[in-house]
Amino acid sequence: MANDIAHNRRKFVSGVMTSLTAACATFVIAILVIILAYIAYRGFSAISWEFLTETPKPVGEGGGIGNAIVGSGIMTVLASLIGLPIGIGAGVYLAEFGDKWFGTTVRFFADTLIGVPSIIVGIFVYTLIVLPMTRQSGFAGSLSLAIIMIPIVARTTEEMIRLVPKSMREGALALGAPQWRVTWNIVLPAAASGIATGAMLAIARISGETAPLLFTALNSRFYNFYVDQPMSSLTVQIYNFATGPFEVEHQMAWAATLILVGLILIINIIVRMFTKKKY
Amino acid sequence: MKNLKITVLFLLSVALVAAGCSPESTGSGGGPVGLQGAGASFPKPIYEKWMNEYGKIKKDIRIDYQSVGSGAGQKAILSGTADFGASDDPMKDEDLKKADGDLLHIPTVLGAVVLTYNLEGVKEPLKLTPDTIAGIYLGEIKKWNDPKLAADNEGVELPDAEISPVYRADSSGTTAVFTDFLSKTSEDFKEKVGPSKQPNWVQGVGVGAKGNDGVMGQVKNTPNTIGYVEIAFAKENKLPAALVKNKAGNFVEASIANVSAAAQGSAESMPDDMRMKITNAEGDNAYPISSYTYILAFKDQKDAAKGKALVDFLWWALHDGSQYAEKLHYAPLPDAVLKKVEAKIDTIESGGKKLRTGA
Amino acid sequence: MSKTGTIGDSVFRTILIIFAATILVIVAAMIAMMVQNSIPTIREFGFGFLTGSRWLPASDIYGALPFIYGTIVSSLIALILAVPLSLGIAIFLVEQAPARIARPIAFMVELLAAIPSVVYGLWGIFVLAPFIRVYLGPFLQNYFGFIPLFQGRLTGIGMLTGGIIMALMVTPIVTAVVRDVLEVVPTAQREAALALGATKWETTVIVLGNAASGIAGAVVLGLGRALGETMAVTMVIGNSPQISASLFEPAYTIASVLAANFAEATDKLYMSALIEMGLVLFLVTFIVNALAKLLVLRVAKRQTGH
Repeated sequence: MANDIAHNRRKFVSGVMTSLTAACATFVIAILVIILAYIAYRGFSAISWEFLTETPKPVGEGGGIGNAIVGSGIMTVLASLIGLPIGIGAGVYLAEFGDKWFGTTVRFFADTLIGVPSIIVGIFVYTLIVLPMTRQSGFAGSLSLAIIMIPIVARTTEEMIRLVPKSMREGALALGAPQWRVTWNIVLPAAASGIATGAMLAIARISGETAPLLFTALNSRFYNFYVDQPMSSLTVQIYNFATGPFEVEHQMAWAATLILVGLILIINIIVRMFTKKKY
Repeated sequence: MKNLKITVLFLLSVALVAAGCSPESTGSGGGPVGLQGAGASFPKPIYEKWMNEYGKIKKDIRIDYQSVGSGAGQKAILSGTADFGASDDPMKDEDLKKADGDLLHIPTVLGAVVLTYNLEGVKEPLKLTPDTIAGIYLGEIKKWNDPKLAADNEGVELPDAEISPVYRADSSGTTAVFTDFLSKTSEDFKEKVGPSKQPNWVQGVGVGAKGNDGVMGQVKNTPNTIGYVEIAFAKENKLPAALVKNKAGNFVEASIANVSAAAQGSAESMPDDMRMKITNAEGDNAYPISSYTYILAFKDQKDAAKGKALVDFLWWALHDGSQYAEKLHYAPLPDAVLKKVEAKIDTIESGGKKLRTGA
Repeated sequence: MSKTGTIGDSVFRTILIIFAATILVIVAAMIAMMVQNSIPTIREFGFGFLTGSRWLPASDIYGALPFIYGTIVSSLIALILAVPLSLGIAIFLVEQAPARIARPIAFMVELLAAIPSVVYGLWGIFVLAPFIRVYLGPFLQNYFGFIPLFQGRLTGIGMLTGGIIMALMVTPIVTAVVRDVLEVVPTAQREAALALGATKWETTVIVLGNAASGIAGAVVLGLGRALGETMAVTMVIGNSPQISASLFEPAYTIASVLAANFAEATDKLYMSALIEMGLVLFLVTFIVNALAKLLVLRVAKRQTGH
């Protein structure tokens, strides 16, 4: 009898908690859907072929964000090329060998670096690259974005690799495979989907960054494919549109935001396809 | 995993193609000349218009301007990351000393700072005196139906609500103009706050917002607030702008003509280096919270081709370009000032050679 | 083990060490740059910079305390709201929802991490601030008004609004990572627990315990986002350097004072003060991270010990 009551109570608690988590999800998703819908609502009507391909024009004359899309693309790719290998490599190190003092130190500094406001990264790269070059450049922008990515990717990679069951490695090691082959061929693929999440989060995070680009990549009215020149980006362009006085430009800011979110969606889908997330 | 490697290789090759460096395009040869400007956000719409129109005439000159703020514009010209800077607030002597050469201030257009507010039911524009504005920002006038405000606004039904003033949290030229005006007209304000791009606001009074857009957003969305913004922000967003009492004792609107009048009245006293404030200016119609905005450029241009492009562009902008000003809520320079600016542009040289050679 | 294997291993290890060391180099270079640039204020104010509560750029008086306070309190609000929410969502996605539902939701959550903070800020001004001014604020003042936290004037702009916006921005990050962490916990563990007669919730608790270190990592990531967030917070926190017990009063964070002023600061001492603020933020992040880790490890121990 007493057992029954206890059992019922446990079942009851379980039920309550389970519904609570569902409520959490519903609540946040509702807020988030509202935000996304609002962006779509404000931005959709301003999107046109011209908006996607042209360069910005003086207010009231149309124009678009083609150069900003290209600039964001170049800088994101370049930042990923710098940031992902370093971040993933550091993460693998932390997971596989990182239990001694060196690993602990790197981990702690990585966590600290994650909390550094992106504007400080911008100031850092500005002092390091822009001032000596006496010119803002797409490269400087990419470098700041890469610095923001590295610790995020490193820490997520580490967490994901740590969760790969030991039995998987031990089997291969027992067969005489060197550690690097085990890591490269067994551990990394097993953790690929998690690492991809980390990479996606990092890319998503840098895609939304304005502050570090303002001082480093600046912006440009023109199409620019050279990374030693000032380069436009979606976020800086959105910031310019949004902070100006004109309602037409405010609408363009929403439209550009919609494009940005859309692009992230596409990247996300592509990455997911290649890493075959098993939901 | 194999797919992933292919993707990585693909991205790598894309980036390598993209990561080329630009051909040097600023030499004195026949190639296109690129000019980079950075600075104040206030004149951005007109500068963009000018650069776009000028680009249609001179196809081999690419001028870019990025609004990063007046202070950043000053830093950009001092550090050499920009070919010309732009600032609403004239540079301080100590900052000018840091410059590697003679740095010129070239006024381009005039603008106004207006007081905008969110008062339900109040239709006609509010009338404010320097004293009442100072009182609000000092926290001495706390309610909208304060007798001082009511006295200037007969017939307007002011609510019995607390005033919530909004100020700029960031350092800004707009604040410099606004506090310069109040410091000239109110001893009390001068003592407690003072003229500054970022003064010490009275503790516990009001909230701070970043940028004109921040102040505008705050005022638009919070009942009983008042804030100061550049005129375009009020006009373009259909927010009310108060009439402000000028030195002559009239309540004036921040119209283009009234802003011009403020510059006209003080044109004769403009100093040789052009750094000048025109708040609380003489003249019956002078709008008292008006100001110049400047382009900053070195008198001695290191690169002759760039220098030539800049001089020609400035000349064009101040003459043919001035027609675009009004639509974007700027007042063009009055003739008396323009004459002085022309003479100033004529002094720009490169290696001892004057750069302006006829129109 | 074969010879190529050992050489391969040491090469592999060396490369990884270089990557890991890169992080140290970046942080060290950053700290060095900031220390070098903040020498003027360090000389002028010394330790008093940290304890000074007045921030008056026009008079060249710089005290960082209001910003440290604002940063810590707003981040705390953000974490208190975001962590339970994120755990809830992640548990729902991994342990309860069928893939058909979980997949699009998970997708959306990741997307939200990409929304530029300007947009969150605009949403904060247009939607959240009025909501707090008209509904949440009066409600809290009616029922909990005796607590100093909920006293004071209600403009809708202030510490609480800043914290809530931060929570919203942190949630997608924490959720995404916790979700992945939970997914990797072997199904066998759940089956074992269920087989022993544990309820669904009890099973989840066990899974959470096993994933504690990963969850801690997620929280640290979220905390990082909160501490470093600039634009959105600047737009809703009121930007007044004051220390007030009330959550409705305007406040200021280190990141927002940097973002709002760095571009415009031309005065040498002012620049130095701003950069030293960056250094202070490093310090705050260090301490908060350390505390967060201790806390999460404790919780993890208690849960697994139970």
